[in-house]
Amino acid sequence: MDVLLQQIINGLVLGSMYALVALGYTMVYGIIGLINFAHGEVLMVGAMTSWMLIGWMAEAWAGLPNWVILLIATLIAMVVCAALNFTIEKLAYRPLRNSPRLAPLITAIGMSLLLQTLAMIIWAPNPKSYPSMLPRDPIPIGGAVISVTQIVILAVTAITLALLMYLVNRTNLGRAMRATAENPRVAALMGIKPDVVISATFIIGAMLAAIAGVMWASNYGTVQHAMGFMPGLKAFVAAVMGGIGNLAGAVVGGIALGLIESLGAGYLGKLTGGFLGSQYQDIFAFIVLALVLTLRPSGLLGERVADRA
Amino acid sequence: MMKTTFGKFAVYLAVAIGLIALPLLLQATGSNSWVRIVDMALLYVLLALGLNIVVGYAGLLDLGFIAFFAVGAYLYGLLASPHLTDTFAFMAEHFPNGLHMNFWIVMVIAGFVAGMTGLILGAPVLKLRGDYLAIVTLGFGEIVRIFMLNLDRPINITNGPKGLINVDAVTVFGHSMSQRLTVGFGDWKFTFESVTLYYYLILFFVLMAILIAHRLQDSRIGRAWMAIREDEIAAKAMGLNTRNLKLAAFGMSATFGGVSGVLFASFMRGVYPESFVLMESVMVVAMVVLGGLGHIPGVILGALLLAGLPEVLRHVAGPLTELTNGRLAPEILRQLLIAVAMVTVMLMRPKGLWPSPEHGKSLAK
Repeated sequence: MDVLLQQIINGLVLGSMYALVALGYTMVYGIIGLINFAHGEVLMVGAMTSWMLIGWMAEAWAGLPNWVILLIATLIAMVVCAALNFTIEKLAYRPLRNSPRLAPLITAIGMSLLLQTLAMIIWAPNPKSYPSMLPRDPIPIGGAVISVTQIVILAVTAITLALLMYLVNRTNLGRAMRATAENPRVAALMGIKPDVVISATFIIGAMLAAIAGVMWASNYGTVQHAMGFMPGLKAFVAAVMGGIGNLAGAVVGGIALGLIESLGAGYLGKLTGGFLGSQYQDIFAFIVLALVLTLRPSGLLGERVADRA
Repeated sequence: MMKTTFGKFAVYLAVAIGLIALPLLLQATGSNSWVRIVDMALLYVLLALGLNIVVGYAGLLDLGFIAFFAVGAYLYGLLASPHLTDTFAFMAEHFPNGLHMNFWIVMVIAGFVAGMTGLILGAPVLKLRGDYLAIVTLGFGEIVRIFMLNLDRPINITNGPKGLINVDAVTVFGHSMSQRLTVGFGDWKFTFESVTLYYYLILFFVLMAILIAHRLQDSRIGRAWMAIREDEIAAKAMGLNTRNLKLAAFGMSATFGGVSGVLFASFMRGVYPESFVLMESVMVVAMVVLGGLGHIPGVILGALLLAGLPEVLRHVAGPLTELTNGRLAPEILRQLLIAVAMVTVMLMRPKGLWPSPEHGKSLAK
């Protein structure tokens, strides 16, 4: 089996999920300058909701093909996450919009903890196995294997990104979002309602996170209340790596980070003569963050952040 | 004037007597567990006072504070336990009687190492955006924990998940604090339990920390921190070197963390990686936030409240846990309350439960 090709496939799959989450971070940071720590938890809620729905639907409509159930569950999870993120922004972040930066940051980390704890109470803390709704047989390509789930993940990510690019670059809402990110005050003078744009940003981000959550659960086959935190953090690192506030940057950063992690974990043991193994996979993201902040603080593609002063 | 000075003196005297008598009353109940709980609460006070410098004074969110605590704890654990001499033959050769480095020396080393780690970590971040610090420190906390957990192979440095055991207790005036101390004149004898002795040691450090934090707060550097917290651009315009000041706050708070870690390791007589999870960092942040950002009495109150919370919940939450089939176990309930407290305090009462009377005005805006 070709290890390099296999790690590249795994890295692309991982990276495309990071990219979807990173987009949510980068859009929010670009517009209101907040690190939304609870974003990873939105991913978790998406995965948990879809897990619950799949359980119900598999029982209620036993005749339905699996992919239809997965599709319906994903769509409902997107709606649930959108409602959740909209509410969080309205209740927890909006009142603090003009306060010093520390206050919303603390609220965000509190919100992340709150969502995790609530999920633990609602769905119990044990890890649950996520049913595989797509065919399991691995497809061999050039010495490596790829599963149907992984192909679907790559395809869905590509379609979602295309839709998002269309939304941001071609529609009125997208223009309003870009204007608000550039300068909220001037945008307001031009007749844009910043509150509406910000709500829309949170809703779009939540939908992307919900899709990523379902993908994450399908790919790894397990869901738990704490599953969102690490992907959330790493996605933020990906957003910084690509240049915070920059949508294309988030995608590039996400995929780059996925590849770095996957290749790094695969080859770390060999490179260090067995001294460090794949249990160190989680630290790559933070090393990347430290390097980016030291060497190229504005990210690979340059940052675009609203001037809050 | 005379009267108020006297009144103040009386209050201080009452507090001092209360603090001295507290563990003696608690140990009189016959079990050491209450004194132990108070000891732990005091350690949290120490941590919260340290974190308050960076979060409360300078307004920077540090989500990896527990990593500096871990640095201190592991330093003492390695330098004052049989682990290194048992594992490495050359260490055993150099130290035939075992490695028992003096507590006070390690304390100085740990303070220095933790502080330097903080400076190295903060330097690339703080010249950019302050809010990146939250993510970087969070990552640092995770990296430290992952290393402590996995550095037992191929070379066993930290003993991995099993942790370091048989760490030396502190020796003060030739008396090891793991032993109870009996003093007496003639027929009258009184025994201080080991936990009570530790209480006084930790209390000493807490009092020192309060003194340092208080002096810092009103110093030139303290006022500069608060200026940065309130408005960084204005502070810069006033000629403050904001990057160096932020670094100083970060390094100083890391030093506090390292020193607390040494105390913790000697008190627990062991160091285990699960003591340094992210939740602990978040809890210390919650203590500072709940009590009152940048206000020393508030921070102490917050730390005592949240450190005492699990004990209260253990007694109160029993029926609730049964009612919900174990879904609302005391630990989960505690986490829920901490999370709710962080969000609601920021929204409703951003200055905390016991806010400082003059500072933090614009925090409340």
